[in-house]
Amino acid sequence: MHLALFLIFAAICVAGAVNLLAQRHPINSALSLIAVMAALAGEYLLLGAEFVAAIQVIVYAGAIMVLFVFVIMLLNAGEEEETKGSRVAIVLGVPGLLTGAVLTAWVVVRYSAGEPVALGALPGHPVEIAQLLFHDFLLPFEVTSVLILIAIMGAVVLASKPEATERKADR
Amino acid sequence: MPVGVFIIVSIIKSLILLIVLLTAVAYSVWLERKVVGHMQNRWGPSRVGPFGLLQPAADGLKFLFKEDLTPSHVYRPLFLAAPMIAVVFALTSIAVIPFGNSITIAGYRIPFEIADVNIGLLMVLGVTSMGVYGVALAGWSSNNKYSLLGGLRGSAQMVSYEIALGLSLIGVLIQSGSFSLRAIVDAQGGHFWGFIPRWNIFHGQFIGFFIYLMAAYAETNRIPFDLPEAETELVAGYHTEYSAMKFAMFFMAEYANMITVGCLATLLFFGGWHGPLFGPSIVQALLPLFWFAAKVFCFLFLYIWVRGTLPRFRYDQLMAFGWKFLLPLAIANLVATAIATVVW
Repeated sequence: MHLALFLIFAAICVAGAVNLLAQRHPINSALSLIAVMAALAGEYLLLGAEFVAAIQVIVYAGAIMVLFVFVIMLLNAGEEEETKGSRVAIVLGVPGLLTGAVLTAWVVVRYSAGEPVALGALPGHPVEIAQLLFHDFLLPFEVTSVLILIAIMGAVVLASKPEATERKADR
Repeated sequence: MPVGVFIIVSIIKSLILLIVLLTAVAYSVWLERKVVGHMQNRWGPSRVGPFGLLQPAADGLKFLFKEDLTPSHVYRPLFLAAPMIAVVFALTSIAVIPFGNSITIAGYRIPFEIADVNIGLLMVLGVTSMGVYGVALAGWSSNNKYSLLGGLRGSAQMVSYEIALGLSLIGVLIQSGSFSLRAIVDAQGGHFWGFIPRWNIFHGQFIGFFIYLMAAYAETNRIPFDLPEAETELVAGYHTEYSAMKFAMFFMAEYANMITVGCLATLLFFGGWHGPLFGPSIVQALLPLFWFAAKVFCFLFLYIWVRGTLPRFRYDQLMAFGWKFLLPLAIANLVATAIATVVW
């Protein structure tokens, strides 16, 4: 049962990722990425990490990808054109990627410890994650949030045009 | 419980819930037309059956037999997928909502919900946040400026108010200490001083409920926040180009979302299925379901009442209200609840 579900989600994930690259229209690519995110959330659930799975859906599939789709809709981006560069990328990229994947798989199978991690062996419950975030690693967590706040303020400063503030001052 | 029994029980529960939910959706449309009609001093549906009670069936038949138009310049795959996305996510989120305690049949304990997951609340939030795509893609794929404007408005509004919605729930989470909807309801059992029920709304979460209510109206695109489908400016917004059953699917999604939001409000702020129990044991077993349904009904009635009362916001007012009023208020409520919980 567990293995079957893993294979189904993994297949959706890989198919979505391949489709993301193969599609010409940006909105189809964005939707494939949503499918990948959702299938990854399923994999997290199978690992017993319910909280991470829920956050994956809420934050990535539900919020960040909405912004992607939103921007594509606003800019009305059309289909991509195939250039010489993209043909070279296909010719070199596909064999390169396949070789890399096979090598990685071989290394993992050959040198990994062998025993798969048991369900529930790693922290995944909301209480455990909260303990880690707000107790054991409180300072790094808060520092990261300040860093993000600074990035947001920087974006606001960069995005606001100087003329707009001048006009306000004139009034 | 063996896997086979589990699967059969789950399928039966899903079927029952789906039928009940779709009937509730059909009759909340009837209720809305009837109540708004009376508020506007007219009768509402009154021709089909007694009190117009068969109107939903007639509407359903009409939707089925109408010509299913697909305009020529739409982006077909997404145009077809958008209503399905909307309705699928609207119906999925009901799966983790508990309606009552459990019953025991043939030695198996069967809870009144499809799936008892310990992150139930997050699950509902995640699924509803995916529902945005139905609106956004419908607007974009229709290849129509009114639809596009409606879709853009809808997705911007839903993403903005989701933050206030999520923050308004954290107060409840702090008090109950769990994401599980069942545990949240169980924490609300009992009474203060013997007569005031220990519901979260009487337990310091009144402001939280107010924020939740406002954000929920915006999330479900209802008046006064129904800008994505503002008739006076956008024809019909994101579903301008849809007809027949595809249009009906957006309609169903909207009302199913209303019911989900009502169920969530009942569970989080109004004590779920808790209520006075009396009478013989069979009545005692069914009363929790009745209390739950009655509370959800009150919530739906409030929705309709507000629809009959308030005009629509302007778009800049909507955004200013969400970001400059609801969000700070939600954060203040969160801090106040956290301090109160630590002090007492």
